[in-house]
Amino acid sequence: MLTIRGLTRPGLWPFDLELDGGECVAVLGPSGGGKTLLLRAIADLDPNQGELSLDGESRAGMSGPAWRGRVSYLASEPGWWAERIGAHFADAEAAIPLLAGLGLGAEALDWTVARASTGERQRLALARTLAQAPEVLLLDEPSSGLDPAATEMVETMLRQRLAAGVAILIATHDPAQAGRLARRRLMVEAGEVREEAA
Amino acid sequence: MSGDAGYIALEYRDVALAALLVLIQAGLSLMLRLGLGAQILLAAFRMVVQLMLLGLVLENLFALASPLWTGMAAVVMVGFAGYEVIARQSHRLRGLWSYGIGTSAILSAAGLVTLFALTTQVRADPWYDPRYALPLLGMVLGNTMTGVALGLNTLTTTTRRERVSIEARLALGADKWTALRPSLREAMRSGMIPIINAMAATGLVAIPGMMTGQILAGITPQDAIRYQLLVMFLIAGGTGLGVFAAVYAGAERITDARHRLRLDRLAAGEDNSG
Repeated sequence: MLTIRGLTRPGLWPFDLELDGGECVAVLGPSGGGKTLLLRAIADLDPNQGELSLDGESRAGMSGPAWRGRVSYLASEPGWWAERIGAHFADAEAAIPLLAGLGLGAEALDWTVARASTGERQRLALARTLAQAPEVLLLDEPSSGLDPAATEMVETMLRQRLAAGVAILIATHDPAQAGRLARRRLMVEAGEVREEAA
Repeated sequence: MSGDAGYIALEYRDVALAALLVLIQAGLSLMLRLGLGAQILLAAFRMVVQLMLLGLVLENLFALASPLWTGMAAVVMVGFAGYEVIARQSHRLRGLWSYGIGTSAILSAAGLVTLFALTTQVRADPWYDPRYALPLLGMVLGNTMTGVALGLNTLTTTTRRERVSIEARLALGADKWTALRPSLREAMRSGMIPIINAMAATGLVAIPGMMTGQILAGITPQDAIRYQLLVMFLIAGGTGLGVFAAVYAGAERITDARHRLRLDRLAAGEDNSG
């Protein structure tokens, strides 16, 4: 599904990766090792070189926005551009089931961003990304600020997506989470990417 | 003082008399130990030298009435305006981009508006007559420069501040114009607000300087008002065009063809990777 050949950028050595639909790969490694650089490079958010394609369609052949709509990156501290949560969803009504799956009520759509806690914002941002139905998810520590119950809801949601054929790259500090979600692991250390046996 | 056709020409001793007021200020500062005396005298001295030089230059330019020399004077004015724009940026674009964008926005906007006025409303003969071209250009230029400097500076500071939310939109597949819209709007607003305020307040708080000058020179208030209105419209038009051009060119430069945010193209910018 997602094919990466010789992807490199400052701070990251070239690497290859093949990711099938429904497959989850955990990205592990020390802080500052390059996990975020790697995910951002795949999403084409920073200048980078390499051949990437999605279902045989080359990244170079489509615009940046078109690529990022299908291969979506979610930052560990997601940004908000409007005052109300609901304004961040193209179709707020349609997002309600997603929010419910993440333990949030429909009233969260009427909250101001400032009113939501860090953990709530993290889940709302995940819902915001999922609502766009990307084919590949690039998740940067999506549950770093969450309690075990909320983490479990996030993981359940991600498993549903995997079952629906979405591919996921998830950066995490938690080897246990990597074990629960992914059968493959990438180790990113000092900008070097290597696949480890799980 | 000597009366002339319609206005009262000033002699240098009239001016010297007025300059006594500045000396009194300096004396007052000395007495009260404000420490402003030297500053006041230096500023007044600079003003005298600069204006006398300007008078000399303008007199020669007017006498020559040559398109070449008038054009060169205009180029020097625009060059200084461009320099003034980069001096007012808290985060410049790397390389010559701030100067280039600022100068070309000012040149095209102020130049276009001045040419428009000279060829259709003022109808100087010849149209490049420096007696009309240079004062008009100067007034449009000064205001366009302020707008462009404010617009560019707001664009870069807002975009830096809002980097995380802009990238959140880009990461969801928005194009750069959608993601930058709030920054663009704020930049355009801050560039345009001085001229909007000036238009709204003009004539209420004070008689505008140019109009005052014309009235003192013996022109009727009605005629002076028409000139003042013309100049205000020219300034508004020049500022609008200049701010628009500079803000959009600046936005093009802090993004790229792949619709990425490129704050690495700002000097003194922080590392934009996580």
